[in-house]
Amino acid sequence: MAVEMLSYLDRKSLIHNLTGVTKLLCFIMWSFASMLTYDTRILFFLLIGSILVFIISKIKIADVAFVLVFILIFLFINNLAIYIFSPQEGVKIYKTQHVLFTITGSYNITIEQLFYQLNITLKYLTVIPAALLFMVTTHPSEFASSLNRIGVSYSIAFAVALALRYIPDVQRDYRTIALAQQARGLDMSRKEKLPKRFKNAVLIIFPLVLSSLDRIETISNAMDLRGFGKNKKRTWYSARPFRRNDYLALLLIGMVFVLSITVTFYDGNRFYNPFL
Amino acid sequence: MAKSLSTKTIVAIGIGTAVFVILGRFVSIPTGIPNTTVETSYAFLALMAVVFGPVAGGLIGFIGHALKDAIFYGSPWWSWVVVSAFVGFLLGFAARNIKVEDGIFGAKQIISFNVSQVIVQAFGWMLIAPALDILIYGEPANKVFVQGLVAGLSNMVTVGVIGTLLLAAYARTRSKTGSLDKEETL
Repeated sequence: MAVEMLSYLDRKSLIHNLTGVTKLLCFIMWSFASMLTYDTRILFFLLIGSILVFIISKIKIADVAFVLVFILIFLFINNLAIYIFSPQEGVKIYKTQHVLFTITGSYNITIEQLFYQLNITLKYLTVIPAALLFMVTTHPSEFASSLNRIGVSYSIAFAVALALRYIPDVQRDYRTIALAQQARGLDMSRKEKLPKRFKNAVLIIFPLVLSSLDRIETISNAMDLRGFGKNKKRTWYSARPFRRNDYLALLLIGMVFVLSITVTFYDGNRFYNPFL
Repeated sequence: MAKSLSTKTIVAIGIGTAVFVILGRFVSIPTGIPNTTVETSYAFLALMAVVFGPVAGGLIGFIGHALKDAIFYGSPWWSWVVVSAFVGFLLGFAARNIKVEDGIFGAKQIISFNVSQVIVQAFGWMLIAPALDILIYGEPANKVFVQGLVAGLSNMVTVGVIGTLLLAAYARTRSKTGSLDKEETL
């Protein structure tokens, strides 16, 4: 039952050669730009940009296909839910109504609603390539050192590094416990009724949590013995110096960020309205 | 703030985050309502917040939720990540007088823990999460409020049942202060 998860993929590409700090800052600016704007023109521009970066990074679609499937299903369900709960949201935002056809009652299909849901979908699609790229092109320990570099205190950066280091271990523990409980006749599949599954879940969580609490004692003792937290600063083995490309990338993404925010808020409305 | 964090709290944040991620991914039970699962990871978050304090609770909620979304679903859903941090922090803050690490977790503590978890989670899931969804993602109000309501209720039940059981079990593994008796000597 190998469960696939996103992890670092070692390739030789322009994106891989950027430092973790650059990628983290670019990712943060990119997410903020796409979170703040509803301007369809900007969103299209961002989407094309993120697809281009994806191609440069030499990461193949097949590498991340399993997550993409998840995301697309989620997007589909989310769009469906938005329509079911609020079929007139687009009309409310764009203040015009062009009915294509009516299903029943207030459930009609308007161009405004379709346009609004296109915007929502675009918003997710623009962040996803950036987020995926950040995950698969940044080495976990470099990620921790970059957090420290942009101002997060090193103890918290170290906690993130610990988490990334121990997720596979905890996953292995979980699997061992789950298999042991199943060997004792615990049914974890969807055949069981809900209250019973709830109870069975508890039987797995308890050993997992208690063994993890023991692990905290062991690791923190080991770190104390090595003098962790004694000094105000800490160096990172995986930290790399800035190169020309890092400055170029930051400049480029910074400009995109400022531009998209300016265009979005220029007319005082986050939505771009082609209907008026 | 960084100075007051002990090594143990830092490790608790790290390992706590890892366990939160794994529980969130593997031990969540579908309720039958679409897109809504019983998230056992929040019971664990409550335990960590009570034992290691508000800063640990908040950071485990924040990093754990963001990492889980990023690793398994491709991109963090920031509005709910913020609420996880908020819930973790306030649970730890509300429970600062519960000394579960000294092995004390009786009826009085169980009641105070559950009252505070219901208030904190009602506020977080049913108010802040939908508000942020509207603000950041521009989603329709009634959709996000229904989602928040269902998630909030299911998380309250999860924390109330599994969280309380976990805390009680943890308290039993700790020895109470003054639990040793001097034996009569002949």
